[in-house]
Amino acid sequence: MSAAIELREIKKSFGNIPILRDINLSVAQGERHALIGPNGAGKSTTFNLISGYFAPTSGSVLLRGEVISGLPPYQINRRGLSRSFQVTNVFANMSVWENLRCAVLWSTGQRYAFWKNVDNLPEVRERTAQILADIHLTKRRDVPAGLLTYAEQRALEIGITVAGGADVILLDEPTAGMSHAETERAVALIRRLTEGRTLLIVEHDMSVVFGLADRISVLVYGQIIASGTPEDIRGNPKVKEAYLGEEAA
Amino acid sequence: MSEISTTVAPPLPTATEKLQFYGMWAAAAVVLVLLPHVFGSGGSLTTFSLIGISIIFSLSYNILLGQTGLLSFGHAVYYGLGGFLVIHAINIIGANKLPIPLPVIPLIGGLTGLFFAVLLGWVSTQRSGTAFAMISLGVAELIASSALILRTFFGGEAGVSANRTKLFKIFGWSFGPQIQIYYLIAAWTLIAVIAMYALTRTPLGRMCNAVRDNPERVQFVGYNPHVVRYLAFCFSGFFAGIAGALAAINFEIANSAYLGAQQSGTVLFAAYIGGIGFFIGPIVGAIFVTILSLGLSDLTQVWQLYFGLIFIAVVLFAPGGITGLLMMHRPLVKAGTLRQVLPSYLHALVPTLAMIAGLVLAVETIVHYTVNPGDDSHIKAFGIPFDAASPLIWAISAVLLVGGFLVARKDWVRIREAWDRAGSIEREKDVTA
Repeated sequence: MSAAIELREIKKSFGNIPILRDINLSVAQGERHALIGPNGAGKSTTFNLISGYFAPTSGSVLLRGEVISGLPPYQINRRGLSRSFQVTNVFANMSVWENLRCAVLWSTGQRYAFWKNVDNLPEVRERTAQILADIHLTKRRDVPAGLLTYAEQRALEIGITVAGGADVILLDEPTAGMSHAETERAVALIRRLTEGRTLLIVEHDMSVVFGLADRISVLVYGQIIASGTPEDIRGNPKVKEAYLGEEAA
Repeated sequence: MSEISTTVAPPLPTATEKLQFYGMWAAAAVVLVLLPHVFGSGGSLTTFSLIGISIIFSLSYNILLGQTGLLSFGHAVYYGLGGFLVIHAINIIGANKLPIPLPVIPLIGGLTGLFFAVLLGWVSTQRSGTAFAMISLGVAELIASSALILRTFFGGEAGVSANRTKLFKIFGWSFGPQIQIYYLIAAWTLIAVIAMYALTRTPLGRMCNAVRDNPERVQFVGYNPHVVRYLAFCFSGFFAGIAGALAAINFEIANSAYLGAQQSGTVLFAAYIGGIGFFIGPIVGAIFVTILSLGLSDLTQVWQLYFGLIFIAVVLFAPGGITGLLMMHRPLVKAGTLRQVLPSYLHALVPTLAMIAGLVLAVETIVHYTVNPGDDSHIKAFGIPFDAASPLIWAISAVLLVGGFLVARKDWVRIREAWDRAGSIEREKDVTA
């Protein structure tokens, strides 16, 4: 069985500055994989390459064995890969309901339909309601997304990401800026919503990473220096030296 | 229907709500039918006809600006081309005695607008923001200048004219009298408004809003924002073409002014002053701007200057437009605290009006000295005669302007305080409810 996501000899430079140098990464189907590393290591750039925001300078990205690098983001999304953003990226003037519904429309085959009433589509209603309940924002259904609290916006961000039913989910620092209690709730939410799907997550909170991930890859200066189970990573001397330090050991 | 969509999803409209909704459209139709019986003079029929055309045009513009976040400076292109094609179509149909009646002719205008939007839109809708605005301006200049060069089609300065009464007649209507043209325009206005409203309720209409709010995120939920913008542009061109066609039928002429920058500017004014954030905003704006431009042009020579001042005031102080100002009061009405802010409005009205009067006096005096310095200084503005050469008038103007501003400024603060009080009561009610 081919891997859910595979990165082959990925290089990415902006101008003359290399950001990623020779990334090889494989995420198996159904695996929860965390990508960790210091600031500026290239984690967000890796996400942007996988999701189609940028094309790699060289190398290729494969989704279930098919090359997707070079495709625009919406085509990659239609093939079943969805991502969230580190900085909340929602439709600020639209209600929570509308936000989630927009994320459901394409996957229910509505395309650019201008002959259907959007309120009379049972499948769209059903799926939107399901996601709304899943992210616990039922009471905030009609509030414009821009007026939600930070934690609620982060939940909505995850909701939009999973709403289309993609089976490969990329989450970029989903718990950044959250309190301890909020983080716990967010992790439970992520665990539930990504059940049976493939998850690649960038995260700085090590308790989240070690609690959630089946496998971990460590990215330092544009290179993956280690990839393995949480135990492997915890015991890896190179990782200790470069990133985790003594306190995590 | 499963449990979750009945308990969590927004409730579907009840039978009563549906009835209310369709009743509203039916009521609008009745009003349109009865309007000429209440205001039957030729002047008001002409005004109503112009308002109808302006409503369609403004709403078509708002598909771009309000719904999709595309600021166009060249929307008159699709209006104008629709108008020209319709004039030629009427002439060809009339000359060949084709069995096509006048009421379906606006469709030709719509299809013309659609055709050119399909043709010109793909490149310009690649990007929103500045790039789109600049390309729209460039295309508008290109078409407007070709209108003066390609004389065979556009008829040069004079334009091209047609006789609308020469067409195949149905129900014995010749469409000569203005009342028949009024009904033609009213019917098309109602159809176009309903169609454009329905468009906002479709998956495409919802994605237009999403593209307006955040085109980047749209790409990551499977939609190509370029295609969404392009389709919005095509619909917008179609309805603009219908508006242009109705204008051409109404005046029986199309000339280069139809395509020009001023026409593009006026529709931006109307949509923005009415309020681009609401579906009815451009309708309100179209009514307001049409009546104001007809009224002001009789009262003062520099009506466009006042127009500009109103536009600036709306942009600065009421970015939601007239509709936005009215909608702001809805929560207060619901909470029953509207009465608390009304006195502060009345209080502010007097000094604000004084300030405006001072401004008008100053403007008209300056206009007299700069535009018509040789004329008699006893001039008339807004029906009120005064002597522009009198130092007393200058002093009154200065006192009204400065004094009015100083007093009004304090009253504006008072309005804000009244609002804060009314708002906090409303919030408390919210909490206890």
